[in-house]
Amino acid sequence: MPDPVKLTVDGQEITAEPGTLLINAAKQAGIEIPAFCYYEGYSLQAACRMCLVEVEKAPKMMAACTLPVAEGMVVRTQTAQVAAARKSTLEFLLTNHPLDCPVCDKGGECELQDMVFRYGAGESRYTETKLHVDEKQWSPVVFFDAPRCILCFRCVRVCNEGMGVGALGVINRGSVSEIAPNMGDHLNCDECGMCVDICPVGALTSGIYRYKTRPWEMEHVSTICTHCSNGCKTTLGVRNDHIIRGNNRDRSGINGEFLCIKGRYGFDFTDHPERLQAPLIRRNGKLEPASWSEALAYTAKRFSELKASNALFGIVGSAHLTNEENFYLQKFGRQVLNTNSIDHQRSGDVVTLLDALSGTTGTLATVQDFYTSKGVLVIGADLALEQPLLAFQIRANFRHHNAHIYAVTAKEVREDKISFKSVRVQPGEELAGVEELHFQLVTEQELVIVFDDSVKGAALRRLVEIGSTLPYPVKYCCLVDYSNSRGAIDMGVMPDLLPGHKPSETPGMTVEAMVTSAELDALWIVGADPLAGAPFAAEKAFIVVQDLFLTESAKLADVVFPSASAYEKSGTVTNVCGEIQQLKPAIRTMGTKPDLEIMGLLAREMGVAATMGPWVSDKVFTEIRSQVAGYAVPLPILSTGGAAQSTPVNGRIPVAEHPELIRSAHDNLFTSGTLGRYSRILNSVLENPLPQ
Amino acid sequence: MPYNQPHPAETRIISKRFGLPNSASLETFLATEGYAAIKKALGMTPDAIIEEMKASNLRGRGGAGFPTGLKWSFVPRTSPKPKYIIVNADESEPGTCKDRLLMEYDPHQLLEGMMIGGYTMGATYGWIYIRGEYRYLIDIMDRAIAEAYAAGYLGDNLHGTGFSFHIRTHTGAGAYECGEESALLESFEGKRGIPRIRPPFPAVSGAYQAPTLLNNVETFATVPAILLMGGAEYAALGIPKSGGTKLLCISGHVNKPGVYEVPLGFPMMRAIEELGGGMRNGKKLKAVVPGGSSCPMLTAAECDGLTLDYDALAKVKSMLGSGGMIVLDEDTDMVRVALRIMRFYQHESCGWCIPCREGTTWLKKLLTRFVGGAGTQSDIVMIGDLAKNMLGRTFCPLGDAAALPTISIIEKFRNEFEDYLTHGPKPRRQYLRDQAPVWQGQAAAIPVQPTL
Repeated sequence: MPDPVKLTVDGQEITAEPGTLLINAAKQAGIEIPAFCYYEGYSLQAACRMCLVEVEKAPKMMAACTLPVAEGMVVRTQTAQVAAARKSTLEFLLTNHPLDCPVCDKGGECELQDMVFRYGAGESRYTETKLHVDEKQWSPVVFFDAPRCILCFRCVRVCNEGMGVGALGVINRGSVSEIAPNMGDHLNCDECGMCVDICPVGALTSGIYRYKTRPWEMEHVSTICTHCSNGCKTTLGVRNDHIIRGNNRDRSGINGEFLCIKGRYGFDFTDHPERLQAPLIRRNGKLEPASWSEALAYTAKRFSELKASNALFGIVGSAHLTNEENFYLQKFGRQVLNTNSIDHQRSGDVVTLLDALSGTTGTLATVQDFYTSKGVLVIGADLALEQPLLAFQIRANFRHHNAHIYAVTAKEVREDKISFKSVRVQPGEELAGVEELHFQLVTEQELVIVFDDSVKGAALRRLVEIGSTLPYPVKYCCLVDYSNSRGAIDMGVMPDLLPGHKPSETPGMTVEAMVTSAELDALWIVGADPLAGAPFAAEKAFIVVQDLFLTESAKLADVVFPSASAYEKSGTVTNVCGEIQQLKPAIRTMGTKPDLEIMGLLAREMGVAATMGPWVSDKVFTEIRSQVAGYAVPLPILSTGGAAQSTPVNGRIPVAEHPELIRSAHDNLFTSGTLGRYSRILNSVLENPLPQ
Repeated sequence: MPYNQPHPAETRIISKRFGLPNSASLETFLATEGYAAIKKALGMTPDAIIEEMKASNLRGRGGAGFPTGLKWSFVPRTSPKPKYIIVNADESEPGTCKDRLLMEYDPHQLLEGMMIGGYTMGATYGWIYIRGEYRYLIDIMDRAIAEAYAAGYLGDNLHGTGFSFHIRTHTGAGAYECGEESALLESFEGKRGIPRIRPPFPAVSGAYQAPTLLNNVETFATVPAILLMGGAEYAALGIPKSGGTKLLCISGHVNKPGVYEVPLGFPMMRAIEELGGGMRNGKKLKAVVPGGSSCPMLTAAECDGLTLDYDALAKVKSMLGSGGMIVLDEDTDMVRVALRIMRFYQHESCGWCIPCREGTTWLKKLLTRFVGGAGTQSDIVMIGDLAKNMLGRTFCPLGDAAALPTISIIEKFRNEFEDYLTHGPKPRRQYLRDQAPVWQGQAAAIPVQPTL
């Protein structure tokens, strides 16, 4: 490491790494240098001129955002000249600003407002007419109000550099310069809303949030996005039990400020009119609303009867449930209902990966590794569409560390733009592509290999073999769907695996077997839809479904319980990299209960509450920590909103491989299984390929 | 633009071919020592050429006046990257019209200067970035380039020395901002013409992040003469620290506006009285913009005894700039001058940084109101105040260029602003065409009639 540089800021001697920008060095020392256009992680602009400070020996004031620190530099940020410059810059900024703060969405959390309050003049000397341009709608989620724009170009940079989309640019010049979308009058992009999020003023506003509320009237609940497996933290703005917006402005969590359209806007399924809000019981062939006590009593009675007759139970868990719910569910099945036929729809071959990696440590990548590793190999998946956070991390890695990115995919992917080398392969021949790259890969220093369901079973073992020939540490990440696919496997929602990847002595039926087996006496489906599109063989079976909506499976059920969504319950989820994070309930929807509570109440009705234990997520998690290998993570990290990677089972997992059962839905940015179908916003954007 | 009648007081070094019959042709060029300098240069080492350039005391003729030899020495010639030569022919400074003559009447001189620069830097490619409005000059330059290729002065392995050099023209789209070298490079690379953060300077990281030698047309056009006559001799034409000659573009209320080449250190009043033929209609001198509209105004009293060189003008807090001298007579309404200048800079502000974008717009609106008769006492204070708020705080020198003349006008001619408040707005000056200057040879073509 080079020696730190010593400099003086406002009489205070500070040290900083060589090459640090003055604005950051001062920030580290607790001295604020205001700026609009400077944004950490993106290219430098020096356009707003708010960060001008006096530097000794410089002929004029210098922009702190582009000035690297130097030994012996003497900086003054509090002089009359600096104060006057800030005041005048803000006065200039406000000349064409509409000052419509009372109706502006940003009012209350606007950087311009804060700056003017702190550094600006109380009154404006401006008496000329202001420029006016009408507000424009660029997409269902992005509105642009040009007069409010201060032209800091953050949105242009985040779209171009951060997202790799480049949908925003600048047109015209001088004071009529304007941000413009790529299609002239509308956007064709990821619709991620990063531009709205990063806008320091109210120029870019969200189609969902605009004119709904003031920021201080909301409660802000940080929870984990339920859509894909990346596990982004989203801070939901809640008012009157309605989620109004999602963002992550405090940059806590593994995703920093990143969110895609699903995390930022895709929460609106929670108040969809078709949401189930009362239990349903089949009477005379028709599903009719019933009270909770009636439905619980009825189900418990039927379960008890069936159990007494040694009936064959099938249980389907879900990648949307929390770890606690999945754990409780399999425990219910194994200890109360005496069945091992417990499964969920698998989307990635995590079990084979863990088995192949047995005996090694530190070989599972974290989300952070995608940003820090000197090399990343992407196999199969179109990351930018399917795993947006990982793709964002890779782009940032390339931008900041010039990492070598490799892509082995069947189609063109966005990573090609930044890749060191891209290889196109026929679907199913991904490993041949990796072998083709091998001569290049051996020259790297570090590698994260990320692959989707195109690499599974024997191919996956071969991939790990190839990885072991590389002369440096390799980390792996097996892509899965939805927020808790990893957790469902770890919790033992598998016919052949108990919690913690312990093999079961008597493996039960898989989902496919349950659907096609005529012998099943009861099928309990929690948060899944296995009967969609497939004829159910066991026509006489008693079917219980817990779901948010009347899914295809629910339509066939005898009892349907309306369950709470991930935004309405507490618990933990495990993301694609095995990082455990905590959900926090943001809202409650009338008539629904969290799945854990439904199961607990059923246990109580059946008189097995003592066996099952309390249906409180914290208590269940305590049990998980003691029973599931790797889940004894530090609780303070979880409870303060952090992510703790589970240290996985480190030993062989002697179970039969079922690569044929592993199918990813390959949801893109605008689809998300059942939830995606019920999200108006995901269906409203132009880019959504599904028929609307 | 037709070339004015030369004046005996001139020292014609780079304008020596102006006015020759068919002066833009290779034939005329070769007959007047053309392409002799590149031949001499090819026999010299690059270091020797840079030494000559340093000895010549040549300072950048685009306006900033940075010593050219020093700039040439900054280019990392040993860098493994390719090196490029770019000519800044984006002459947009109001009052400046010298580069167009250099390109119109002597394009080969510029090409020769570029070749010498290319040989010195080890560059193989050179471009002439021509202002979008100079459409007709693109044809002239392209023709000259084609002639040079045909005659073997451009191409691969020139004169059997192994030196290859290629030149192309590149058109700007009509933005003043693109005369700033880093904005020019952005525009040249096909992006929005917005200045870059410096350092790195273009000499180190210019076009396509490669070392780039970027000079004004006049600077490059001077290079052949320097090599032929020797740096020291060229320097001796001027005064210490301001070597050689400079093209002066005298415009405004003089009898004979035009482009004149004078040695640096030439007395300003002599330039107005002799070269410019004195004040038009016998009026008195009120003010002079010494080097393009971005330079602070000088009053008649300040001009007395002033010499035209970089240091003398710096002493009176103005600049020699690009040599675009605008002479204003006693009838000139300085408030309108301030507005006209601000209108230009407001229109040309690129919109990148806040003080320039918003400051020029505000000042333009304010001055428009003021000229319209709706000014107040506080406006006068505010004009100076706003200009000072822009000064030194913008991203590139455009903000300073707008602020400096405004500050000088409000300080030196404040009484005229006061007059607006007491006597109301002045009517626009009525121009009669017969009072206006007539370009030589065009007198018969323009009917004499009063215009409003």
